[in-house]
Amino acid sequence: MGTDDVATAEDEGGLVFHPMDQFIVKPLFGGDTVNWYTPTNVTLWMFFTVVAITLLLVAGTRGRAIVPSRVQSVAELAYGFVYKMVEDVSGKDGVKYFPYIMTLFMFIVFANMLGLIPMSFTTTSHIAVTAVMAMAVFLTVTILGFVLHGVGFLKLFWISSAPLPLRPILAVIEVISYFVRPVSHSIRLAGNMMAGHAVIKVFAAFAAVALISPLSILAITAIYALETLVSFIQAYVFAILTCVYLKDALHPHH
Amino acid sequence: MATETESHGDEAAHGGADAAHGGAEAVGMPQLDFATFPNQIFWLVVTLVVIYLILSRVALPRIAAVLAERQGAITNDIAAAEDLKLKAEEAEAAYNQALADARAEAQKIIAEAKAEMQAELDAATAKADAEIAAKAAESEKAIAEIRAGAMQSVEEVAKATAAEIVAAMGGKSDAKAIDAAIAAQLKG
Repeated sequence: MGTDDVATAEDEGGLVFHPMDQFIVKPLFGGDTVNWYTPTNVTLWMFFTVVAITLLLVAGTRGRAIVPSRVQSVAELAYGFVYKMVEDVSGKDGVKYFPYIMTLFMFIVFANMLGLIPMSFTTTSHIAVTAVMAMAVFLTVTILGFVLHGVGFLKLFWISSAPLPLRPILAVIEVISYFVRPVSHSIRLAGNMMAGHAVIKVFAAFAAVALISPLSILAITAIYALETLVSFIQAYVFAILTCVYLKDALHPHH
Repeated sequence: MATETESHGDEAAHGGADAAHGGAEAVGMPQLDFATFPNQIFWLVVTLVVIYLILSRVALPRIAAVLAERQGAITNDIAAAEDLKLKAEEAEAAYNQALADARAEAQKIIAEAKAEMQAELDAATAKADAEIAAKAAESEKAIAEIRAGAMQSVEEVAKATAAEIVAAMGGKSDAKAIDAAIAAQLKG
């Protein structure tokens, strides 16, 4: 057994480094039990997310300058980016939900980016986190649809532009796809984050082997660049899908 | 085997590749360790609420205000620029008008000066003409007088000469006959 372990370690290096260890939720101040209120590394990195968002959007805009400083123009860029997205996708009446979508977007983008710092913890790589956000969006949008349109919201599933015989079949498909939304919505984000970070760790493990370490380090660099892009794109995708779902709730008629 | 797993503790438990650690599945994929879910969900909700409050109370109104203010400033500046442009055009028009006025004034002054000079010239010419005419008339009168005096002298000389010639011939000079004869000669 012991020799097997060593052999495996030499073959893959997978036993020296554990690519999934970075995702373990640990209490911050010792102890083993993770109660719901225990301050953990989740708490710490979510706190950093709040700090980073505050630094950018509150401290950065402190000057309220007509000609903005660099940080302020980044903050304005983020504001304009999400605002335009909500307006374009959800329509004019979707603008009043802009702060919620901005909250989700800023949280995800900063959690993703902070997760790229070596030794950090990526809160958005956890399905528990993304599922809660996706379910919140799903429930909000569904309830909103029924509140605004009553039973008329069900027309979302009854595609009036399709030929009549096809409609029941399409309705079944539409209902299934509607309920799959929160699943894909959450797993897409968590999966992307987890996979990217795990891949970096795997390459990092290979870096310990002298022969292939240059290749490994090159690969880490490349993956890191890709992950930076993915971090942003996933936040964008999450936000824009939220806008699309919101549009469905506001205008269920196709 | 089982005891070995326990003795290895955490270190071995993380070796997901080893089939012997079937029980360590939750650790192999920390995302599926349901024991940590309440903790994550609690802190997530806290975080999202805090971010939402910060954004909706402070950050977003401030950025919206800044953007609106900038838009207003740009609009104002464009309006001011239009205004200034209009003023510049007006000023140019006024300048051109003034230039045209000045030209017209200059033309007028030149014309007046010319007319004045012409009038003076005409007056001077007329006066000179008049003086010349007067002098000519005077001269003619003098010439006429001189001619008349000469005629009279000729007549007297002729009478005296005729009387002398008649006396020399031995005739008796008849004054009346001589006068008549000379008058007749002079007329002829």
